[in-house]
Amino acid sequence: MARMKFLCDAERCIECNGCVTACKNEHEVPWGVNRRRVVTINDGVPGERSMSVACMHCSDAPCIAVCPTNVIYQTEEGVVLHDKDGCIGCGYCFYACPFGAPQFPNGPAAFGARGKMDKCTFCAGGPEENGSQAEFDKYGRNRLAEGKLPLCAEMCSTKALLAGDATEISDIFRDRVLRRGKGVEAWGWMTAYGKDKEGAK
Amino acid sequence: MKARIPYVIAAVCAAALLAGCGEQPQVGKYEQGKYAGKTDTRPWEGGTFKGDKGAWEQAERNRVRAQNEYKRVE
Repeated sequence: MARMKFLCDAERCIECNGCVTACKNEHEVPWGVNRRRVVTINDGVPGERSMSVACMHCSDAPCIAVCPTNVIYQTEEGVVLHDKDGCIGCGYCFYACPFGAPQFPNGPAAFGARGKMDKCTFCAGGPEENGSQAEFDKYGRNRLAEGKLPLCAEMCSTKALLAGDATEISDIFRDRVLRRGKGVEAWGWMTAYGKDKEGAK
Repeated sequence: MKARIPYVIAAVCAAALLAGCGEQPQVGKYEQGKYAGKTDTRPWEGGTFKGDKGAWEQAERNRVRAQNEYKRVE
């Protein structure tokens, strides 16, 4: 098994936030913490693009490099996880992460109690016994140990969000791009709404 | 001796000027932090797969491939 990765197809994402909802519900994520969110570029403008973003499970993760208590680690499958018992809530990982993945129960406040860091686990739980209540309470459900994939990807209605082995999902994406042709003409906003404005009149 | 002084000065000046051309790495080298937290069990260890890594990998592969709807409908 190679590296586990997420891949979001911006041509397919319709900003339904189903992935965000699925994640929150599956892991019973507390109020104020969003392990996954949908980012939209040029919102409201024809040609807008949305992208579902969470922890990217970086190969050379900056959060691991900056953690002063060294409680962030990478599993054999390339999933970046952390031990909440050793987290001191300093927020260094939050500053280091280019995607804003680390979240804190009391918000990204500059001062005051942040609480322990929480982030996307690729539905792989954390350093507790697989499927135990302790693991669920701290990190959420461990779907990977059940032979499943992250719920956000499995729930995605348009299959914009893919998850799994990097080579496998690259193959799926490549196959998809070949079949749908190139550019906005083949798929997305222009096809649905605005391809030929003159003709629509 | 006096005749050598300008050459020495010129050599020192040249060395000082060329020192600015040296290229030092500007990026800090990443070193793997030594994980100090609790040890984790691997996904195939435990209830569902009981240590059978092959079965776990196959289950994952099936799930991943099921995401390709072109293959599902063909």
